[in-house]
Amino acid sequence: MLAESAIISASMPKVLLDWFYVAVFAVVGTLMAVLPLAVVWLLAPRQDSPQKTITYESGVLPFGQAWAQFNVRYYLFALIFVVFDVEVIYLYPWAVVFRQLGPVAFVEMLVFLLILLVGLVYAWKKGALEWV
Amino acid sequence: MSWVLELLKAIGLTVLLFTFLAVVTAMMGVYAERKIAGWIQARLGPKHVGPQGLLQTVADTVKLLQKEHITPRRADVLMFNAAPVVVAVAALLDWVVIPFGTLGSRVLVVRDINIGVLYFSAMASVTVLGILTAGWSSNNKYALLGGLRSASQLISYELPLALGILWAAMVAGTLSTVGIVEAQIQQGGWFLFTLPPPIGRLGAPFGILAAVTFLVAATAEVNRVPFDLPEAESELVAGYFVEYTGMRFALFQLGEYGEMFGMAALATIMFLGGWAEPHLAPYLWVAVALGAVVVAAVILLTARHSLVIRPVLSLAVLTAAVGLLMSVGGHLPSIVWFLLKLFTLVFFLMWVRWTYPRLRLDQLLNLSWKVLLPLGLLNLLATGLVLTLGGR
Repeated sequence: MLAESAIISASMPKVLLDWFYVAVFAVVGTLMAVLPLAVVWLLAPRQDSPQKTITYESGVLPFGQAWAQFNVRYYLFALIFVVFDVEVIYLYPWAVVFRQLGPVAFVEMLVFLLILLVGLVYAWKKGALEWV
Repeated sequence: MSWVLELLKAIGLTVLLFTFLAVVTAMMGVYAERKIAGWIQARLGPKHVGPQGLLQTVADTVKLLQKEHITPRRADVLMFNAAPVVVAVAALLDWVVIPFGTLGSRVLVVRDINIGVLYFSAMASVTVLGILTAGWSSNNKYALLGGLRSASQLISYELPLALGILWAAMVAGTLSTVGIVEAQIQQGGWFLFTLPPPIGRLGAPFGILAAVTFLVAATAEVNRVPFDLPEAESELVAGYFVEYTGMRFALFQLGEYGEMFGMAALATIMFLGGWAEPHLAPYLWVAVALGAVVVAAVILLTARHSLVIRPVLSLAVLTAAVGLLMSVGGHLPSIVWFLLKLFTLVFFLMWVRWTYPRLRLDQLLNLSWKVLLPLGLLNLLATGLVLTLGGR
């Protein structure tokens, strides 16, 4: 038990410390990004007027809301993207150990990639990659 | 108590890096962009504030600090305010894993995270969340279209980008940015031109192809011309940040330039050997220096009245000096090499921006899905095959 926790505390710090730094960067970075906004709040004028806060639409009064229903035309691309993005995530660990594992790793990834390439060719032939 | 020290160190590094982003990438980046745009379009660019207009962006920043923040009445206020901060912080987080050079035996990097390049690509895509938030929360049609285009661009170019990163990770056998540079130092050549022995220089086509795929995808990912559809000023006015004024607008600029320099830095690390000093034979360095002198002489003789005479001459002198120094066996600090490579790539991106027209959306999607993605996959497979056959 004690030995185990000693191993954990001995091996954890580097990784934990890395993400501790990232967390500090996110928090302090946010503060530093907000700082100029605070300066603006102190220095800049603030005058609200009904005309000034109208949504910009090339000088005419805005026509309806921008939050309307409309057709997001690239949803097919988004579907294909999900497939390939997951594939790429699988490739990352493979890429790291590839040269230690030798030919077997290459053949296995070749099969995996070829199946996906066939999928891409199928989507292409079906016209899923055409902008309609 | 040691964690308090680490906390203070982390805060100090955040402030340092944020200042670097604000001053070097955003302020000097915008200035360089305007100057280069000027020269390419045969005009002078900023000239009056400070020597050669050097303080123009500083003056602009001071001006922006005094500008009113206008929030459109119909906007989603919380999201509207959060978006520029998200974009700026995402650009800052990119730089956590970028090594600048070495000092003694220490590597000048904030944290050498073991999954560095994966972390970088994750943080780079966070930017798009901020852009999409900005586009949606403005409740403005131009902004919404800009945000949506940015999202479609992300899902199309994320894959070629990741394949470029994977290529370097595969050749180096590690995901750590420091590890990738060290692998190049160890094999004695940039991944752009060299694969690990016994393949060596014969692997140059693979490296060049991977680098081109990565750079094109990176340009698209940071929304720069010819892929600047999200902010196309001639059709969408300014796209997703059309409703933003004053410092909020400046934060978007900071995020954009931070991201662009970040991508160039990653490309430097993966393909140009990061902080490593190039090893050329002395006579090649002499050739570099002589070439620079010849270029300078030709320009002096033929284009004495050109607008770009001073910058080109200073560049030639600089190149000649570096070539001479290296040919007599001198050394430059590693951080200087890193910055030289980084700025060269950034200059290249700016050159591209002011040279090419914007693509149409369908051309943009075609380029990614029908050209870059198959090319990237095949290049990955071919390089894997070559490395396997090479017995490593």
